[in-house]
Amino acid sequence: MEVLKIATAGSVDDGKSTLIGRILYDTKSLTTDKLEAIESKSKQLGYDYLDFSLATDGLVAEREQGITIDVAHIYFSTAKKSYIIADTPGHVEYTRNMVTGASTSQASIILIDARKGVIEQTNRHFFINNLLRIKDIVVAINKMDLVDYSEEIYNGIKADFEELMSKRDYQDQKITFIPVSALKGDNVVHKSEKMPWYKGEALLEHLEQLDKADIFNVGTPRFPVQYVIRPKTDEFHDFRGYAGKVYGGNLSVGDDVIVFPSKTRSKIKDIYFYDEKYETASRRSSVTITLEDDINVSRGDMIVKEGDIPTIDKQFTANVCWMDSNQLTPGAKYVVQHGVNKVLAKVDRINHKIHPDYSGIEKDVTGLGVNDIASVTFKLNKPIFYDQFKNHRTNGSFILIDTQSNSTVGAGFIQ
Amino acid sequence: MNKDTSHINSLENEAIYIIREVAAQFERPVLLFSGGKDSITLVRLAVKAFYPAKIPFPLMHIDTGHNFPETIEFRDRLVKELGLELIVRHVQDSIDEGKVKEESGKYSSRNQLQTTTLLDAIEEFKFDACIGGARRDEEKARAKERIFSVRDDFGQWDEKNQRPELFDMLNGQIELGQNVRVFPISNWTELDVWSYIEKENIEIPSIYFAHTRATFLRDGLIWSAEDDVVYREDDEEVVDRMVRFRTVGDMSCTAAVLSDATDIKTVVREIRESSISERGARIDDKRSEAAMEKRKQQGYF
Ligand SMILES: Nc1nc2c(ncn2[C@@H]2O[C@H](COP(=O)(O)OP(=O)(O)OP(=O)(O)O)[C@@H](O)[C@H]2O)c(=O)[nH]1
Ligand SMILES: [Mg+2]
Repeated sequence: MEVLKIATAGSVDDGKSTLIGRILYDTKSLTTDKLEAIESKSKQLGYDYLDFSLATDGLVAEREQGITIDVAHIYFSTAKKSYIIADTPGHVEYTRNMVTGASTSQASIILIDARKGVIEQTNRHFFINNLLRIKDIVVAINKMDLVDYSEEIYNGIKADFEELMSKRDYQDQKITFIPVSALKGDNVVHKSEKMPWYKGEALLEHLEQLDKADIFNVGTPRFPVQYVIRPKTDEFHDFRGYAGKVYGGNLSVGDDVIVFPSKTRSKIKDIYFYDEKYETASRRSSVTITLEDDINVSRGDMIVKEGDIPTIDKQFTANVCWMDSNQLTPGAKYVVQHGVNKVLAKVDRINHKIHPDYSGIEKDVTGLGVNDIASVTFKLNKPIFYDQFKNHRTNGSFILIDTQSNSTVGAGFIQ
Repeated sequence: MNKDTSHINSLENEAIYIIREVAAQFERPVLLFSGGKDSITLVRLAVKAFYPAKIPFPLMHIDTGHNFPETIEFRDRLVKELGLELIVRHVQDSIDEGKVKEESGKYSSRNQLQTTTLLDAIEEFKFDACIGGARRDEEKARAKERIFSVRDDFGQWDEKNQRPELFDMLNGQIELGQNVRVFPISNWTELDVWSYIEKENIEIPSIYFAHTRATFLRDGLIWSAEDDVVYREDDEEVVDRMVRFRTVGDMSCTAAVLSDATDIKTVVREIRESSISERGARIDDKRSEAAMEKRKQQGYF
């Protein structure tokens, strides 16, 4: 069965949680007890309709404030596909949680309130979705019931969004527009009769046809060593296995490999998945590899195929999404976690800040505030082995960890 | 049915990756083992993650004293067969030491009390990471949980201020006194777990399969009348029914479901067709809409 991971995006109150609740309801994915809970809570709140956002807003504070604070992961399936939907918050304050939800998704649904059109948070979320190079975007123009299902309004918003799109960096991103009413269910799972002027598909019909193209792992094979397995038992006395996940492409027994940072050369001897040996380890599988030669390999090292090696450097430039209320400033030190590898990094310089509405860049910035997006150059205390994000999602991305609070304070995409 | 296992394989690969990260990033991890299907699945995944070496951390069972006898037997056998280290800490001891007070009445359970015993044990052994079998599909507060979820010195979950978790990079950096709860099967659904048990041919305790049991009805749910820890009023009539359990937590708050499924294949089919979610059979979550979130804030698993 195919699995499609989707995230929602869009400003606060645009209807993301309601849309997901509606999808669950119309696909009969809500179990009896969950549906009863929504019915009784909606009644208690005095609504004459079912408040579907109650299906996903799982925290007390969320229900009290009527907003989403953190990502909820929702699971459902149709005859064709399994879906994992990340319901993300629209509120600016919780943008970091929106990035969390979007980072693991293959497709994204950006909601726009038909009464408000494209607003600042729409720009920001679209920018982040484009930065993350999410392949498929659905722009769902929502609350069509509140604008008399007007084609004119829909077209106006579409035109505004298309202007934004024309300036985007990752032009291959596919974008589809659908007019919906999450609350009433128009064009969500079933096609609406209220908008005969719309000739396209309902949202779910569209999602059913997206291929689950594995955007996380295209490129060349990279094998970051997670853990060294040394059983030291009689049977496996000399066994030295390197456990990790294969990224980018397949690795096979007999492949000539180089181990970074030592640049030692060897050959893949065996590939284990549990107690079975395989000829090939396909991408995304968590395997254990042994090498022909007895060389020193430890966690954070990277095994790659001869001929197609990553860049090794003690400095790099990246687009950074800053997520902390404390500023990022030149000279500040952070831990860069690049896959399973950690190095200490110093901010060498902030090259420029980028406006998420594509209106340009800002030079001479002295610091980054929460939700700022900027090009930043870092110097490292040890070299890392990276690829550009556009060529290799996993080996081209990293997180920044505050050395004091240990919190994750930023996400980076290597240029 | 659909024999395509690519979905379950990718969940398995993800879980193994997470479990290896725990072993690599923490000094004293532990796997919280309840004897239920989710923790049995975790053990299976951990075995696979480190083969041919042994699992490099112990298991710990916080024993409510309200277990189905079958689960304890099963637990001890599993640990012995795999040569694992098992730590057991008893809620009864926390009660005897006066740290917690036993609840009384119709809906009393030891589910809440577990938290104190758990937090004490974490402190006793200085565990810095606790691996658990919680899944996001279980409950809507659970759906908000990160894979690496940081808890403060009091075991509390700061649900409004969770660390961003990007791609598959797991940040396990913590201060002394903090610990991380790790959920490798976050993205599995109940059906995924059952399908995995079927695919891997994993042995599970017999109470998961349909059997005849003396039961009574309350609040539309079926309760076991065979064990004296389940509170029963005199007018609640005992009837033999063919039932199985979907979770095997504290007996006093775990209801059974009517079932004819005596083997894994039919269990999987029943789950696929069932319309009540798993936690619908857990009375502790029905106490209030926010029951789970409150327990988690206090340090509950
Ligand atoms: N009339 C109408 N109201 C809608 C529609 N979709 C959502 N709403 C209402 O808009 C309000 C906000 O909906 P939510 O689903 O909570 O919005 P959200 O995008 O999830 O908000 P955040 O998660 O806080 O960013 C609720 O009162 C919904 O009932 C729609 O299609 N039509
Ligand atoms: Mg919401």
